[in-house]
Amino acid sequence: MWRRTVPIMITFFVGTVLVVAEFIPHKPFGNLGEDFSLYFDIIAVFAFILGGGNLCRVHFSKIYRGKTDWQFSIVTLLGFFVMLAAGLFKIGNPMGIQGDVTAAGSLFADLYDSIFTPLQGTMYALLAFFVASASYRAFRAKNIDASILLIAAFVILLGRTPAPSLIADFFAGAGIGFMATAFNFVPTLTDWIMDVPNLAGQRAILIGIALGVISMALRLILGVERTYLGADSK
Amino acid sequence: MDSNIVGVWIAAFLTLGIMSFLYKDNPWYKFSEAIFVGLSAGYWFASLFWQSLHAKFWTNWSPAVQSLFQGQFDYNLLYTGAGILGLMMLLRLVPPIGWISRWPLSVVVGGTAGLYLINYLVSNAIRQIGSTIQPAVTFPESIGWVQSGGVIIGNVLVFAVLLVSLGFILFGRSSTIDLPTPTKLFFFLIALVACGLGTFYSLSMPLNLTGLIIFMGVFCGLIYFFFSKEHTGFFGGAATVGTWFLMVTFGASFGYTVMSRMSLLIGRIDFLLVEWLKVVK
Repeated sequence: MWRRTVPIMITFFVGTVLVVAEFIPHKPFGNLGEDFSLYFDIIAVFAFILGGGNLCRVHFSKIYRGKTDWQFSIVTLLGFFVMLAAGLFKIGNPMGIQGDVTAAGSLFADLYDSIFTPLQGTMYALLAFFVASASYRAFRAKNIDASILLIAAFVILLGRTPAPSLIADFFAGAGIGFMATAFNFVPTLTDWIMDVPNLAGQRAILIGIALGVISMALRLILGVERTYLGADSK
Repeated sequence: MDSNIVGVWIAAFLTLGIMSFLYKDNPWYKFSEAIFVGLSAGYWFASLFWQSLHAKFWTNWSPAVQSLFQGQFDYNLLYTGAGILGLMMLLRLVPPIGWISRWPLSVVVGGTAGLYLINYLVSNAIRQIGSTIQPAVTFPESIGWVQSGGVIIGNVLVFAVLLVSLGFILFGRSSTIDLPTPTKLFFFLIALVACGLGTFYSLSMPLNLTGLIIFMGVFCGLIYFFFSKEHTGFFGGAATVGTWFLMVTFGASFGYTVMSRMSLLIGRIDFLLVEWLKVVK
């Protein structure tokens, strides 16, 4: 009972109260949504402690057992503890322990600016090359669907850069007026694609997601969905 | 040496380390990746500690406890509950009583489900449907109350067409759901009447073509996502039109993703050439 029934009852109670609270605009119900968000943030910190502990356990185990590339686990743990110490103890913070953790001049901010930001930026930038490879595969007009995808992506890519006006100027200079007009029309076409067919598709996806979330929320509140409780949840 | 210069050299070393993956997986990349993993975990840990645990919990809870010792009740004392739930979450580390961590998890899951149920219903379902239907038919601003009434009736009719068509698709003649013939006939007739009235209304009033295209796109897109009925006949045709609209959306998203990644790459190359090597002014 304590392991299975009580958690399901808690989920039902909390979920139902928060649904009902939306329809009662008086204290304490009126603020329950915001209060829950604060509770959520606080509990999330403790969950993050579990995550940090798990990171340490995995990498210490890798080092202890001498698994492949164990040397890089030392680097990971070193990075983790140095950043953690810099942040928790606010090392080098001009305002001391009372100052903001991200204050300029602190070790935490220096590590963020010199190491974290470049690494994060480059990681995402690296995807540009893989996206180029994906583009090659996606941009082969094999059927109607792929052709529509290709045309939409191409027009958006072209229309959101200064390229159409430059190309239009070139054609105007060469005396090919209709081509200049066509390229001048590309930004308008881009706006139309974004505002009409793209909007329709986005709305269909949003409504689909909403219906999925609503049904899943109902399943959770009513105790039909129990997988979040773990292996012996049945 | 200026600490800023050291920072730029470290950033350049790690940037090139990550980029070296384009050649092949190598120790320089693995080193940079390991630093990134460790540093980002430490960054989020420290940030959450100060911005959530300290700013949201401790600064509210500790004055409330002090007030309690002075004989006054502070509403913020209720944060004790959040602290207890958080500590219960840590009991997962003690296997014999690890199951207690399910309780705070249930609070989080139940609360999130309760909040999302209403928020998604209002913002992502009802408002989106309303924004799709309302502009489908519009009138000049100078219309009188009779025409305004027409707008309302027209919107209701368009909505009726949507609902009844869905009803017909679900329970109608070609549906696999077994219903008595009179019931199927009833749905079919209602759908026919609603479609007729909707068409008459649409033809007799000024149309907003853009609104109608959006309405059609959303309707067909939703039909595509309805997997409980086989996509054949009219239903299949509508689903195909839906996929065309969805393909435009995916194409637009793809275009924006390519541009954002390219701008990040340009940013890193700009850093290497301008800030590090200083070969470009």
